[in-house]
Amino acid sequence: MRTRARPCYPRGVSDPTRSAPRTGPAGVPAAGAKKTLLDAVWDAHTVRELPNGDTQLFIGLHLIHEVTSPQAFSMLRDMGLRVRHPERTFATVDHIIPTQSQKRPLPDELAETMMTELERNCRDHGIRFFDPESGQQGIVHVIGPETGLTQPGMTIACGDSHTSTHGAFGCVAFGIGTSQVRDVLATQCLSLARPKVRRIEVTGKLSPGVYAKDVTLHIIHQLGVKGGIGFAYEYAGPAIEAMTLEERMTVCNMSIEGGARCGYVNPDESTFAYLRGRAFTPKDEAFERAVAWWRSIASAKDAAYADRVQLDGRGIAPTVTFGINPGQSVAVDERIPRPEDLPPDERPSLEEALAYMELRAGVPIAGTPIDVAFIGSCTNGRLSDLREAARVARTGRVAPGVKALVVPGSQAVARAAAAEGLPEVFRAAGFEWREAGCSMCLAMNPDKLVGNQMCASSSNRNFKGRQGSPTGRTLLMSPAMVAAAALRGRVADAREIL
Amino acid sequence: MSTKRERVVGRACVLRGDDIDTDRIIPARYLRAVTFEGLGERAFEDDRTQSKGNHPLDDQRFAGATVLVVGNNFGCGSSREHAPQALMRFGFEAFVGGSFAEIFAGNCTALGLPCVTLEAADLATLMDAVDLDPSQEVEVDVVRRRVACRAGSFPAGIREGTRRQLVEGSWNNTAVLLEAGAAIDAAAARLPYLMGFGPAC
Repeated sequence: MRTRARPCYPRGVSDPTRSAPRTGPAGVPAAGAKKTLLDAVWDAHTVRELPNGDTQLFIGLHLIHEVTSPQAFSMLRDMGLRVRHPERTFATVDHIIPTQSQKRPLPDELAETMMTELERNCRDHGIRFFDPESGQQGIVHVIGPETGLTQPGMTIACGDSHTSTHGAFGCVAFGIGTSQVRDVLATQCLSLARPKVRRIEVTGKLSPGVYAKDVTLHIIHQLGVKGGIGFAYEYAGPAIEAMTLEERMTVCNMSIEGGARCGYVNPDESTFAYLRGRAFTPKDEAFERAVAWWRSIASAKDAAYADRVQLDGRGIAPTVTFGINPGQSVAVDERIPRPEDLPPDERPSLEEALAYMELRAGVPIAGTPIDVAFIGSCTNGRLSDLREAARVARTGRVAPGVKALVVPGSQAVARAAAAEGLPEVFRAAGFEWREAGCSMCLAMNPDKLVGNQMCASSSNRNFKGRQGSPTGRTLLMSPAMVAAAALRGRVADAREIL
Repeated sequence: MSTKRERVVGRACVLRGDDIDTDRIIPARYLRAVTFEGLGERAFEDDRTQSKGNHPLDDQRFAGATVLVVGNNFGCGSSREHAPQALMRFGFEAFVGGSFAEIFAGNCTALGLPCVTLEAADLATLMDAVDLDPSQEVEVDVVRRRVACRAGSFPAGIREGTRRQLVEGSWNNTAVLLEAGAAIDAAAARLPYLMGFGPAC
């Protein structure tokens, strides 16, 4: 088992080897300190300080979907209010949409009702809806960036915890609940406490066959699933800076799995290059002025952080979860830990995980048989993810008895993949190629595990029952590793195939 | 203004374990709806089915409890407000634990449900005391930041901003945020990206 950088860190005991906190009680920077991006964006969007000490924060972009918005619109109607900034609100349908066919009416009556309700709410309030007919439908965290709606320096909110994904662009993006969706619809504001900022530097260069997914699983393993409570995570260092925007999205996506309120990467040349020419990004001279502003909100070189952590990127291996929270992972060439390997307070959770997963302690994770392979989700459903999985898929056939799904994160991803012939690659290897949606990440559509099936999954959560069967089991890993598991019928090191 | 939530007094239910996520609190299949109605009876459905009647929510000794006592990082994962909605509709009015996931705690505040934290030793004492005698009343005092049972009275943690919202009855944020009026438009007008990155910005 990998040694943790700091064995019991961070369980409320501050590590004396790290820089002393330079923030006040509520994460407010000390006077004279240079700002982090979080602080710069926060200050730029502050409407006022509220009587209870929180900040009334203006939300620059509000993304909504069918699951967490209908009750918010109902509350708005009950209060006799309208949407304050319909032009800053964009909708799509992703959680409930079937991936075999998006044809209406949806076969699941409950899903059809939700779809109809979203259509009605968007129509009534003048909100742009990227519906399946638009050619721009997809997972909300995939379409925001690819349309250029997501931009540096913004505050973004969406009734979905993985809104942290958008932080890859250097914005401050919060997942919120339905009452807060109502707040944003009605006021374009949220009442929030300013989080502290922890800078996580990943040094060095990643080894071949090690992906952004491995980095984020490694960070969560090191810092714990509750290590981020009270923090925004700023990801930095050579390994992060070398990442494409799609890879940075994978890292920021799972900030919430580490307990952080949000995560971000400072905008740089890669960010600007990604954004140039997208549908909703400024054009021509306005783009140049935008870049100047985007540069100005990045963290100052000597910014003060509440906490700093450094991890060695060279030490990160392809990573696989074996448990029931995303922090319970090992490198693909390691063994599942034994309770006696862990501090006493972590043993009950490990024992519960092993019992649920029907896995044995001390056994190598590689070789664990799988029943289902799922490639997709807001974590890993973008074009580069599908390309990496396809590299593996080209080398063989899905093992007998394994059901393997590839679900593009958006209709645009599907088109781009088709232009490269990826659907044919996957189909030839025995994978099913589906239409855009959340699919088997979360079990709100027909794609679900059955019984205690074991699923190699490129999604973000391995919680009990997450993939739709109350006894279903999830092993989180990168798309290339999922493809390798699909071909071998068991967990395998994709580096041996690539 | 909303109702003031100064204290919750009632019997408690002990739900041990850390990192209990919102998928477990309310399985995703029950999110296929346009209202929150009926979620109460679905709270922890899969956990309860699997424990074959031995889940704390099915334990008759805890029947009618209004305070749920939990471990660390309770409510992690999905931002679904359906989770506190389900627990509220099941009958819980306050949560006491080691720590809470932030989105869950925020969602609770928006419903006027206090989430307060205890030090590990105090939490263990409270859990054991309630387990031993579930008929006793537990008091979650938001005003004074304390949790009390027969075994003692413990200092409880709650963010000051949240405490004030609950105590003052200002936890319905929409009303509070609307009071800013023209200041909202003024804030928007300062943002370059809402002004087309015009030369003046």
